[in-house]
Amino acid sequence: MKYFEDLKVGAARTLGSYTFTAENIKRFARKYDPQPFHLDEEAAKNSLFGALCASGWHTGAACMRVMVDAEKREAEQARARGEEVVSFGPSPGFKNLKWLRPVFVGDTITYSSEITGLRELASRSDYGLMHGLTIGVNQNGERVYQFESTAFIPRRPK
Amino acid sequence: MDARTARICYEDFEVGSVRTYGPRRVTREEIIEFATEFDPQPMHLDDEAGRKSMLKGLAGSGWQTCALMMRMIYDGLLHESSSLGAPGVDEMRWVRPVRPNDELTIKITCLEKRDSKSRPAVGLVRHDLEMTNAKSEVVMTSSYSGFFGKRNPGAAS
Repeated sequence: MKYFEDLKVGAARTLGSYTFTAENIKRFARKYDPQPFHLDEEAAKNSLFGALCASGWHTGAACMRVMVDAEKREAEQARARGEEVVSFGPSPGFKNLKWLRPVFVGDTITYSSEITGLRELASRSDYGLMHGLTIGVNQNGERVYQFESTAFIPRRPK
Repeated sequence: MDARTARICYEDFEVGSVRTYGPRRVTREEIIEFATEFDPQPMHLDDEAGRKSMLKGLAGSGWQTCALMMRMIYDGLLHESSSLGAPGVDEMRWVRPVRPNDELTIKITCLEKRDSKSRPAVGLVRHDLEMTNAKSEVVMTSSYSGFFGKRNPGAAS
């Protein structure tokens, strides 16, 4: 991650991929979203989805994981080049999260993100706010997931 | 659950009605377990790193708070409803960090309901949600929608 001042609206990057299995779908669902269509193949067949599919929150959590992994990868590359490494701050939330299509067993979702806005904060001089559009696309090229993200990004010390 | 046998169907949501669920205690182990698998940032894994961060202490991943919210809605309502899944979330605000041993409560207010145009047996219900901790501080707010089956698809709603 770079400083807020180094970011540009329109900059896009692929974050990484996550494969959903019957095992990880059911494990997430048992803990957080035990609706029958996330837990049981037979019940899912008779649901609107037609087959066992991941909790939407599993799709969201998996996206967070590939985002963190991408940050770590890029931080290592920056360190290897002898550059300073900056950690991004927390997020105040998101907007317009859409589960566009079900995520089924065996689907591999590739997540990517684009910077859509950069805003200075009146309340604090050490962070800026980054707006982004993050999407998830399955192996057939169909968009299954998207949301408008926000994150606090450290500003370059003066 | 089949709308013919579910206790809560599309017809049972009244605009303006309020439901409260919880409390649900969040343990340190759960916070670290979720973060290890899905959000391994230092402030979600380690006390010292948390203290040094903007969150000023170990805090759960916001995505875990969403997942916990989901579970609380399931336990409170969805398990005996004709829920058919959800198209998305209009807005989610992570207002305050969720700490180990926080006891979370959710309050959901029905905002709007709409018949599905393409599927006569289905309706969409939109809710506002507020999650608070034991000190009654708001930790998260949201506005989201869910599909529910109708008990009597032929009747006017």
